[in-house]
Amino acid sequence: MTLECKHVWERISEYLDHQLDPELLMDIEKHLENCEVCSAILDSTRNILILTADNRTYELPVGYSERLHARLEKVIREAEKPKNDSA
Amino acid sequence: MPATVEREKVLISRIIAGETDLFHELIRPYERMVYLSVLTMLRNEQEAEDASQEVMINAFRHLKSFRGDAKFSTWLVTIAMNEARQRLRKAKAAQFESLDESKEEREGDFTPAVLTDWREIPSEALEKKEMRQKLREAVEQLPPIYREVLVLRDLEELNQEETASALGINVTLVKVRLHRARMMLQKMLAPYLRAAAPAKKGFFGRMFQ
Repeated sequence: MTLECKHVWERISEYLDHQLDPELLMDIEKHLENCEVCSAILDSTRNILILTADNRTYELPVGYSERLHARLEKVIREAEKPKNDSA
Repeated sequence: MPATVEREKVLISRIIAGETDLFHELIRPYERMVYLSVLTMLRNEQEAEDASQEVMINAFRHLKSFRGDAKFSTWLVTIAMNEARQRLRKAKAAQFESLDESKEEREGDFTPAVLTDWREIPSEALEKKEMRQKLREAVEQLPPIYREVLVLRDLEELNQEETASALGINVTLVKVRLHRARMMLQKMLAPYLRAAAPAKKGFFGRMFQ
């Protein structure tokens, strides 16, 4: 079966997530071998995903962890208080 | 993986039993995940930090209600997404679109940006700081219902089921939205990647100028 480009585009996400059934996967790979346009779209989408998951794309603010734990520490200490008071 | 789950179970029961200091240890592996989830939704570092703190405090206060049937990380990210959604609703920012599922679910034609040059340059382009900046900007532009799915699947790398559970939607919807989110990003980012690509004047180069 020959696939049109449009049908390949609809499946790019599933392709990247390895969710296609074997038959369709084979058809798509056959199409990709012969279609520069679709393989470029596939590669570019894959690259975007690599970039998204790249640890350097999003960074934590300096001191974030320290501030978080300092605030938590207060909440934890407060949570302990009422028990002791009511005793 | 199961070792982590077991370890966390033990930690959680000890915390509930009164060793509350262990909560610091419990959440440490997830600080980044929580922050990035709310940051991508709220698009403001200061608010994201504040929201992250609230998420962790909520998790501490409601730890007893954590059921072992989900992973702790999924439970935590659920709280994070709820916190972000709540804040978004409050803010009702101008460009903020409805979180309702009724909108934009029609498939419609989605045409990706067509390029042939850039697949030969990915490694250099992906190393560029500017590219990462562009990606962050593009993610910010996604409507929230797509952004939240993309963040959990492609940034936090949760699986489909975990994502569905954290967002309170079904797996089919996760798949549909993720596909659209990725295609939107592809379309938005194509011109930048193209600019980064070396000029190539082949057949396709001419065709898609």
